[in-house]
Amino acid sequence: MIFNFIGSYSVIISLFLSVFIFLKILFKLKNLNHFLSFNLKNLIFFQFFFVLVSFISLLILFLNSEFGNITVYNNSHTTKPIFYKISGLWGNHEGSLLLWLLILTFINFSYFLTSKNRSIKERLFTSIFQQIIILGFLIFLIFTSNPFSEIFPTPKEGLGLNPILQDPILAIHPPVLYLGYVSTSIIFSSSMSSLISGNVNSSWASHIKSWILGSWIFLTGGILLGSIWAYYELGWGGFWFWDPVENISLMPWISLTALLHCILVLEKRSTLGSWSIILSISTFTLSVCGTFLVRSGILNSVHTFANDPERGLYILLFLFFIIFMSLIIYFFYEEKLQVTKKTFGLFTKESHILINNWFLMYFLSVILIGTIYPIFLEVISNQIISVGPPFFNKLIIPFLIPFLIFMSLGPNLGWINNKVIKKKFHLLLFFIINLILSYVILKLIGKTKLTLILLLTASFYLFFISFKDLLKKSYKNYAQGISHFGFSLLILSIIFNSILSKEITSNLKVGDEIKFQNSKIFFKKIEISSGPNFEKVIGQFVIKDSRNNKTVFLPEIRIYNQPEVITSEAHIKTSILKDRFLVINPIKNKDYFNVRYQEKPLMLWIWISVILIMIGGSINFLKNEK
Amino acid sequence: MYGKKVKLRILFLIVLVLTIALTVFFVLNSLKENVVYFLSPSEVKILSEIKKDKIRVGGMVKKNSININNDQIIFVITDFKNDINVSYAGLVPNLFQENKGVVAEGFLQDRNYFKAVKILAKHDENYMPPELNKKIEE
Repeated sequence: MIFNFIGSYSVIISLFLSVFIFLKILFKLKNLNHFLSFNLKNLIFFQFFFVLVSFISLLILFLNSEFGNITVYNNSHTTKPIFYKISGLWGNHEGSLLLWLLILTFINFSYFLTSKNRSIKERLFTSIFQQIIILGFLIFLIFTSNPFSEIFPTPKEGLGLNPILQDPILAIHPPVLYLGYVSTSIIFSSSMSSLISGNVNSSWASHIKSWILGSWIFLTGGILLGSIWAYYELGWGGFWFWDPVENISLMPWISLTALLHCILVLEKRSTLGSWSIILSISTFTLSVCGTFLVRSGILNSVHTFANDPERGLYILLFLFFIIFMSLIIYFFYEEKLQVTKKTFGLFTKESHILINNWFLMYFLSVILIGTIYPIFLEVISNQIISVGPPFFNKLIIPFLIPFLIFMSLGPNLGWINNKVIKKKFHLLLFFIINLILSYVILKLIGKTKLTLILLLTASFYLFFISFKDLLKKSYKNYAQGISHFGFSLLILSIIFNSILSKEITSNLKVGDEIKFQNSKIFFKKIEISSGPNFEKVIGQFVIKDSRNNKTVFLPEIRIYNQPEVITSEAHIKTSILKDRFLVINPIKNKDYFNVRYQEKPLMLWIWISVILIMIGGSINFLKNEK
Repeated sequence: MYGKKVKLRILFLIVLVLTIALTVFFVLNSLKENVVYFLSPSEVKILSEIKKDKIRVGGMVKKNSININNDQIIFVITDFKNDINVSYAGLVPNLFQENKGVVAEGFLQDRNYFKAVKILAKHDENYMPPELNKKIEE
């Protein structure tokens, strides 16, 4: 249990270090002329180091299955594979918070290393805001969710990790997502600091752009992993459900995407400074807000580990403190912003970015209201409601149409110049061609709703225009081209996926056969075998299509003992054109199995397009670092 | 007359106000249409009228009530005071069992019969939707 001791004291040392660094910087700020002695760097390093020590201690406790530690006892089991013993560390509230802090102190340290060319004042202020955030989370960890609590007598066996979390993708989902979330804190601190030091300008923009891009790439990746997991593990066969937990990860992403484009305007045109600051604040607060909603138990999902009102209250107070502090700073220092009075021409890059920023803010508010309103209503009137996909689809889809069109036109316009677009006629003609194409395609499928036709037209428009740009020899901006192309591919895949998906659900006994389209699904037999820490029932299904081609599907039902949970593992056959998805569920004490077979077109392309979007971001990141 | 800048600013303000007003209008309007209310079997019993709106009904799956054939699953949701019959054709979550919590989304046919279009997934065996917890405690 020595590691319990080391771990818990390391965190406390970091807490003291945090206070010390905070005070030291305050003192330094009073006489800036002094040479900044770089023991500050060492202090920040030690802070990271002690959190790392504490993290490693907890990791060792998990690997050794020392159940004297409550966190280990609640979330681990001796029979669990090593990989899941490690991921069990962040598969719970306390451990994931320690991971959060580890990443927070790490990026704080790496910010300090990579910001050497910025002014001392700006770096000090950034560090001070970082310390406030770190301090807030350290206090939260130590006083409400200490991962190093002990229990006596030491139990012989742990309770095990929720089997639904025992999955390779979900094991890496939290660290990736956290890297994204936590990096937004640097964006926040740095924007506060540059606001105070009065240098919200193009040089700051190109400095912070790297952090925005980094954070954006990881956030996108984290959401993608979560979505892939939900697709194959939850057995619903979709990739996005407008579930509150998904929404709260999407909100900071939208805000960050808006910021990413805004910062380009700030970099190139030295304008939109105050809007960028507001977006930095909102991105970070939305990230913390996500933590609050998930951890407080207000939203319930697989992420809700324990419903502890005290924790929710603490994060809520912390959130209010941050919002309040940043708003006060904003109002006091806003006039310091070097406002460059520049008017925007309508046909310029910056005006298109601004317009789409508005659309993004609209999407953000729709999602925010749809997610928060049920909570609000319950508190006020005790009525319990839920807001489902129709709400989001209805409010978001129509506005995607102009959004996509502006997205296609924007990149081909110039900065500043209000020059009339050349080949205006060509662009219009091209749009009409796409309109006809979309109409013909949808007519063939048999779904000619006006919004659908226009949405498809707009997506094709973006698709072809960005594709054409990528092929141009003179083209420079590959990063943007690939991301925009990826986005159009994403929307196209989603459209075709949603209108062409087919499914059948039935309750079958062994030996039963059902018809689906032109093929027959035959439930051949079940087999029972065992995995590393579970028993499994494997169903064997044979699907015979009209040409007599047979495909065998082997969906599983896994029965875990610790804790006692049944999960279904869908059998998915992925191909370039479509996914075929078969999942079975047992119905207790009955001979029947609940069977669902789905054909989901272009599923693979949804994932690929998100990866393309990330690749675009990465190229931009590397270019900016040069 | 006003200068160009002032005109531009006024235009900007008008667009801003219009956008916000439109947003609020759209959002509130479709919230009204797309909200799904959650009721317990006892609350269903005392409903004054059967509406065509989609609702959620939650409670426990009554013991020995699951009946199943090729097309659908029929079961009873209870809150230990009142029951309601539910029929459902579709995929049930892993933890759909007798004596466990369940939330069904669908349409009321009458006060005793509910046609579900979705049974909500649960994530662990001790999990119970807070809605349900509260209703059962009451």
